[in-house]
Amino acid sequence: MSDPDRRRLRTGARNAIRAAGEDSEALALGMRSRAEVWKSTAFLALLLLSVLVALSLLFTLILDAFLDGRSRLNLELLTNFPSGVPENAGLQSAIFGSLWVIGMMILTVVPLGVGAAIYLEEYGEGNRWYKRVIEVNIQNLAAVPSIVFGILGLGMIVRGPLSLGQVAYAGSLTLALLVLPTIILASREALRAVPSSLREASMALGATKWQTIWHHVLPNAIPGIATGAILAVSRAIGETAPLLLVGATVFVTFNPDGPLSEGYTTLPVQIFNWVSRPQDEFRVLAAAGIIVLLVILLVMNSFAIWLRNRYQRHA
Amino acid sequence: MMSTHETILSPATPPVLGKSRRRVGERLIFAVLVFCALASVLTTVGIVAALLQPTIEFFSEVSPLDFFSAEEWAPFFADPSFGVLPIVVGTLSVTFWAVLIALPLGLCAAIFLSEYASPRVRRVVKPVLEVLEGIPTVAYGFFALTFITPLIRDNWPGFLGDPPGIFSAGAAGIVLGIMIIPTVASISEDAMSAVPGSLREGAYALGATRRTVALRVVVPAALSGIVASFVLGVSRAIGETMVVLIAAGNTPNLTFNPVESIQTMTAFIATSATGDIGVGTLQYKTVFAVGALLFVMTLTMNVVSTWLVRRFREVYE
Repeated sequence: MSDPDRRRLRTGARNAIRAAGEDSEALALGMRSRAEVWKSTAFLALLLLSVLVALSLLFTLILDAFLDGRSRLNLELLTNFPSGVPENAGLQSAIFGSLWVIGMMILTVVPLGVGAAIYLEEYGEGNRWYKRVIEVNIQNLAAVPSIVFGILGLGMIVRGPLSLGQVAYAGSLTLALLVLPTIILASREALRAVPSSLREASMALGATKWQTIWHHVLPNAIPGIATGAILAVSRAIGETAPLLLVGATVFVTFNPDGPLSEGYTTLPVQIFNWVSRPQDEFRVLAAAGIIVLLVILLVMNSFAIWLRNRYQRHA
Repeated sequence: MMSTHETILSPATPPVLGKSRRRVGERLIFAVLVFCALASVLTTVGIVAALLQPTIEFFSEVSPLDFFSAEEWAPFFADPSFGVLPIVVGTLSVTFWAVLIALPLGLCAAIFLSEYASPRVRRVVKPVLEVLEGIPTVAYGFFALTFITPLIRDNWPGFLGDPPGIFSAGAAGIVLGIMIIPTVASISEDAMSAVPGSLREGAYALGATRRTVALRVVVPAALSGIVASFVLGVSRAIGETMVVLIAAGNTPNLTFNPVESIQTMTAFIATSATGDIGVGTLQYKTVFAVGALLFVMTLTMNVVSTWLVRRFREVYE
């Protein structure tokens, strides 16, 4: 414990004693009764009110979308292509676009993120400077606004060094870089939770480092990694802004036929297009699209949280 | 005694430990893993490289003095003006309203969850917060445009002047605030839960009430984490695109007035940099210059928050 730490700890303790002193003095003088009870109740009421306001606002959001969009919640919404006529418009090309973009993103980012996590947790020896650099870098990357990743995609992937053009895989790669820090952090947590006795036992029996990792560490970390990956992927499914920059266009009446097919749109991009049209019919469509998106995300997130709780209970 | 022990413990024939053969596979795997770890560094290098060159070229055509001091943002007009102030002020104004909503509500929710709620309530509310954190930003934009804005317009008290239009900085800011409540609440709650119970028990033993313990012991002890959650929330508000793009209007406007329509830096980038923008044009470079400014702003905030957390972290043993 360093000196400033000790000093801070002492200050903390002193705060506690002083604060408690005032209360107990009041208690001793018999003043706890009305004023204190009233203040405590008012404080608790304030806290409860805050929680209720926050939660009810967020539930209003979901309810509002549902009430606005329920008249268009039918199979045609999922099977029709976008159209200038709101009655005929649907999400098919957006759904297939999202499937391609997100599917290719998962194939790209999961090996990359888990690999980086394995290096940082299992290999890097001690606290070398280059490991610190990578860690600080990941931390800062996680706080970069998503639109800046869109600029990176535009300058480096669509144009510039990679010059893929406005294809679905450019979107996948941009989103992959966006969620990479999240996947690395979650995978590291999961690897760290594997007890080191397992590694030592495996090494003691003559397994190499990689055999130990592949056969013993990774299988034990998979539930944790999966939880983190699902949460990250669900974040990516709802991401709109960076895709606007790397070519997800809004009026695509065909499904992408591969990762390098030019012209694609995704669910949130299509919803954004409908939101920004002035006609009410398109607003209804947008609300219906939001419900579809929310249902997908809710299922994914609930599964991730269920997986984590189950895994935590067994650990 | 010693000698008998040694004879028992040492094996009859010592194992032959030859030089192990070189494991090419292990080396290869190590190289692949190093590459994976470097990918994140490459991303940062890529962002800086992508931003730097067009930004430098931009400032060779537009003087930095004009960029930071002129009061009109009209980069695509026939007679262009490159004063970035209106969109920076737009960003700050939206962020201000977001913070005004999110900080008190988020902090109160965190105190409730950490100090008052029963474990059962916490087990339900925490995951719900996490799920709400994952609601896509277009949904928030839709909510701002079709629910919050009409709600404000219909209930506008006359003495405050003109009601807000269909697009306004205030409505976008409020919804942005609602959006970051879960982030602020869940990170602050983590910090408060990490305060050791002995500190609370000490204060209780001395006769403190629950409210005193929460406000005078736990909150000060968890301050670094709380501040970090605030900074993260602010930086999310600054960097958020879709809500402002949908609800704030996209008209560069040098004003802090929440009822007026404004444009933020992110909204400018999203509207200008659609896929078919010509490389090397001044329009292209302008987008990258604004992107660079945004990147520097959020990076600075993150560095400050990391420093704050490290500087004021309470260490308990």
